[in-house]
Amino acid sequence: MKKTIITVVGKDTVGIIARVCTYLAENKINILDISQTIVQGYFNMMMIVDMCRTEKHFGDIADELDKLGEEIGVIIKCQKEEIFDKMHRI
Amino acid sequence: MINIFEVAETNQMIEKENLDVRTITLGISLLDCMDSNLERLKEKLYGKIYEAAKDLVKTGEEISKEFGIPIVNKRISVTPIALVGGAACSSAEDFAEIAKTLDKAAHEVGVNFIGGYSALVSKGMTEADRLLIESIPLALSVTERVCSSVNLGSTRTGINMDAVKLMGETVKKTAEYTKDADSLGCAKLVVFCNAPDDNPFMAGAFHGVTESDRVINVGVSGPGVVKTALSKVRGENFEVLCETIKKTAFKVTRVGQLVAKEASKRMGVPFGIVDLSLAPTPAIGDSVADILCEIGLEYAGAPGTTAALALLNDQVKKGGVMASSYVGGLSGAFIPVSEDQGMIDAVAAGALTLEKLEAMTCVCSVGLDMIAVPGDTKATTISGIIADEMAIGMVNQKTTAVRIVPVIGKGVGESVEFGGLLGHAPIIPVNGFSCDAFVNRGGRIPAPIHSFKN
Repeated sequence: MKKTIITVVGKDTVGIIARVCTYLAENKINILDISQTIVQGYFNMMMIVDMCRTEKHFGDIADELDKLGEEIGVIIKCQKEEIFDKMHRI
Repeated sequence: MINIFEVAETNQMIEKENLDVRTITLGISLLDCMDSNLERLKEKLYGKIYEAAKDLVKTGEEISKEFGIPIVNKRISVTPIALVGGAACSSAEDFAEIAKTLDKAAHEVGVNFIGGYSALVSKGMTEADRLLIESIPLALSVTERVCSSVNLGSTRTGINMDAVKLMGETVKKTAEYTKDADSLGCAKLVVFCNAPDDNPFMAGAFHGVTESDRVINVGVSGPGVVKTALSKVRGENFEVLCETIKKTAFKVTRVGQLVAKEASKRMGVPFGIVDLSLAPTPAIGDSVADILCEIGLEYAGAPGTTAALALLNDQVKKGGVMASSYVGGLSGAFIPVSEDQGMIDAVAAGALTLEKLEAMTCVCSVGLDMIAVPGDTKATTISGIIADEMAIGMVNQKTTAVRIVPVIGKGVGESVEFGGLLGHAPIIPVNGFSCDAFVNRGGRIPAPIHSFKN
């Protein structure tokens, strides 16, 4: 399993989750967990996904998600789980 | 499993508080390149550095992208060149040729600095050491990315005062050679007492002879993260203050450890150490002086500064040590003047003097760093400042250093612009009383006694 954290931050609008999930499904990326909140009108979402079945390189996925974010008008970041795990777990 | 708040906290540190990995430094031993023919030596040096470091920048960028953490610098440290070039070089100009080769290799592999144009002369100087030191002004004026360092003393050997005298003159000469660029050469020249072999930070990085053929060392940084964490505990007592610094340092260092391990794995090079330092940059919000202000000082340099810095330095180490399997380098809080906006402001406000900076170096990670002084400061005065700093290191069994820039053609009240990470600084006054007779004595200061510590 190659766990990756995808975060989406930006102004709330219709279809953000749908667009992101569609992209992930097309690239065989499995969603393990989703949490989402609205803070002061801003959409804040975190997904934990498994990227072991995708054929694309990590860098390409990150670039494409970045581009998708631009289209929707939100910021999408894609980071390997270890950075959070190392920082917040002993 | 990781939750949304933890993810948000990490990303806020990166995006808003300037958390970054300051440098991945690849140490390369050049001992096996030694040759008595200068041309052959240069060929071998270039070949080995290129081969070892050709993927360094690419690897750094990949890691940066995958984990979403900026890796600001990729650098190289090499075996002290005085050792490598001794057999081939019969003049200072010969040594400068090696510096040019290092510079060319650095450009080719895309690193922004290469350290190790160095000599270790804490007890005595060989002819090669002397020639290398003599070549420093020329070498730093004809290269862009080469950094030079000289170890002048240690707790076990004492201080080589002949070398201290020579380095005062060398600093002055380097300033003259690079006077068209505000004496920038001196920003790439540092002298040490108790220099560590595994320091990933420039200008003092070199690959020690006790190291393996190649090694990856990483320096982390995050003064902005510490400052933000402390702003949430304003008015609390020292216990709360110290706990907050420790926890933050732990988190920052863990990122460094992760990056170091990844870089090591991908390049097939052993992981050396993480240097857990708070290293400022001139960017707003990336300042160690601002942390001191957050602890409760109006400006860095106010009474209480040395105590505040001492506790900061200690808590950073305490928090960081558990976060990394191997800690080394200089580890602690850096206090360069020109690279820290809060320090620059403190000097400009008249709160921070050279003497106070010297006191601060007794408890910080390194020493007098990136301090601009008037261009007419005498070479012997610079040697005196170096000797004072070396003595602090020798007696307190810690690494100390001096990176001082006599800005030719400028005086107190003026300021100097080095650009980029090296920043800018107001010129600080220097005590004008003479130490000529002291510096000109020659010889060595013996090593201090280690018992009777009081």
